[in-house]
Amino acid sequence: MLSVTNLRKTYGSGDQAVEAIRDMTLTVDKGEFVCIVGPSGAGKTTMLRCLCGLLKPSSGTVTLDGAPVTGPPKEIASVFQDYSRSLMPWFTVRRNVGLPLRNRYRSTADRAERVGTALDAVGLSGFGDRYPWQLSGGMQQRVAIARGLAYAPEILLLDEPFASVDAQTRADLEDLILRVRDDTGVTMLLVTHDIDEAVYLADRVVVMSARPSVVLETVEVDLPRPRDQVTTKRLPRFAELRTHVLTLIRRTALDGSAPTPDHHSTIGERR
Amino acid sequence: MLRTGLRLLVPGLLVLLWWTTSAGSTSPFYPPLREVLAAFQESWLFARLGSDLVPSVTRLLAGLLIATVVGIAVGAALGRSRLLARALNPAVQFCRSVPGTALIPISVVLFGIGDGSKILVIAFVCVFPVLLNTVDAVRGVDPQLEDVARSYRLTPVQRLAFVLLPAAAPQIFAGIRTALGIAFIMMVVTELYAATNGVGFVTLSARNSFDVPQMWAGTVLLGLLGVALSALFLVLQRRVLRWHIGMTERN
Ligand SMILES: Nc1ncnc2c1ncn2[C@@H]1O[C@H](COP(=O)(O)OP(=O)(O)O)[C@@H](O)[C@H]1O
Ligand SMILES: [Mg+2]
Repeated sequence: MLSVTNLRKTYGSGDQAVEAIRDMTLTVDKGEFVCIVGPSGAGKTTMLRCLCGLLKPSSGTVTLDGAPVTGPPKEIASVFQDYSRSLMPWFTVRRNVGLPLRNRYRSTADRAERVGTALDAVGLSGFGDRYPWQLSGGMQQRVAIARGLAYAPEILLLDEPFASVDAQTRADLEDLILRVRDDTGVTMLLVTHDIDEAVYLADRVVVMSARPSVVLETVEVDLPRPRDQVTTKRLPRFAELRTHVLTLIRRTALDGSAPTPDHHSTIGERR
Repeated sequence: MLRTGLRLLVPGLLVLLWWTTSAGSTSPFYPPLREVLAAFQESWLFARLGSDLVPSVTRLLAGLLIATVVGIAVGAALGRSRLLARALNPAVQFCRSVPGTALIPISVVLFGIGDGSKILVIAFVCVFPVLLNTVDAVRGVDPQLEDVARSYRLTPVQRLAFVLLPAAAPQIFAGIRTALGIAFIMMVVTELYAATNGVGFVTLSARNSFDVPQMWAGTVLLGLLGVALSALFLVLQRRVLRWHIGMTERN
């Protein structure tokens, strides 16, 4: 279980201080699919960097199965926002996916096998010897996902992973992620600014305010699984949930005042 | 085919021009090309190849190799650590401002007239372009790649070998290329002063003994050598930076 308590992060100090995150508290249970949705600049990336031990919070705690996170834990793998800057252009797809496995598997054969399985899982079996820059954006992001999966994490963190691909690719990748979750049972924490995406994917949506951010509400998504791009999105409940999240976000975006955490949901029926 | 022809056209014309203007020359300092070629064949095909060309090239490559290794190592360290950079920057700026040729007398006094002394001068002068390019390149590495490296728990050595240096490689190669040009000049210059062999030495001795065709032949050899070295370097660079060339061509 990943748990974040009263996380606060301010960049810089004095006049130049930027309060990115004011107060975030959330937990992600084993096997859960949690989406954090919030407007651009809300501090979503900041939050994930604190979660995976890349950034030290100004205050508050991050714990993984009870132990404080002080550096990147081996149980967490990350898929970064900008795929074109997160893959090594000097390595082939295979070597990119295999790079983090060097410290885990001594034998190259074991490593190759894991890499093969991960590439299969994202539908890139035939592309191991290509270079990332020879692939489309969607395929590059699949490579990044494969790299995360090959690492065999308990938790996969994804930072707006589909923000810069076209709509069709985006839908495909969303379904890929859902399938991977079903196949591997890995815990997913995905950050996005896209409300539909958050509601479509998640078991739970954590709604984040604009900067300085707080958790506005945590919305349980009681849509049936398996989800489907057409039928799920046509359900009245889907529309209800997305309207609810949208209202929350718009309200803080419009009134502009510093938001306060609101743990009492206005939708009433769920938490 | 056409492109090769075009590339050879101008050099061909220049040789022709040289041949015709020098053919009837009576000036002792501008001998007919025929005589220059005869001297070239006599000395460099292949009598002095082992005794003078090989030592020259060996010293150049040794100096360049040392400069590359030291330049990358020190440059990477300075690029990583602001503190170290601040501490060493004045010294680096001073050393790189000293003209290489001014170092030769000191080196001769300190280390003699052997190969070591010459290699040292070449290495000293060549280290700076490599070093400064490495510092710059290492500082410019995309922080997102470093996030990837850290979050996947690569060891410091792995981060250096698989992330930092490859990312810095294109710029480091540019530095080595500059260093190669300087190394070539320094190779000749070190042989003009207190030397016992080398292409530069042979060429200068020829002048001193008024063997003018031999002097011209040495100069021609130096030109050819320069072209050959830079062509070889390009081949190496293309191999190592194949990914970079492919990526740039694609965008
Ligand atoms: N390294 C940094 N130094 C100073 N300010 C930063 C830094 N990183 C992010 N910020 C600021 O913190 C805020 C949140 O950024 P970020 O976490 O990237 O938001 P998001 O991912 O939600 O778009 C932004 O206002 C951004 O300008
Ligand atoms: Mg972001």
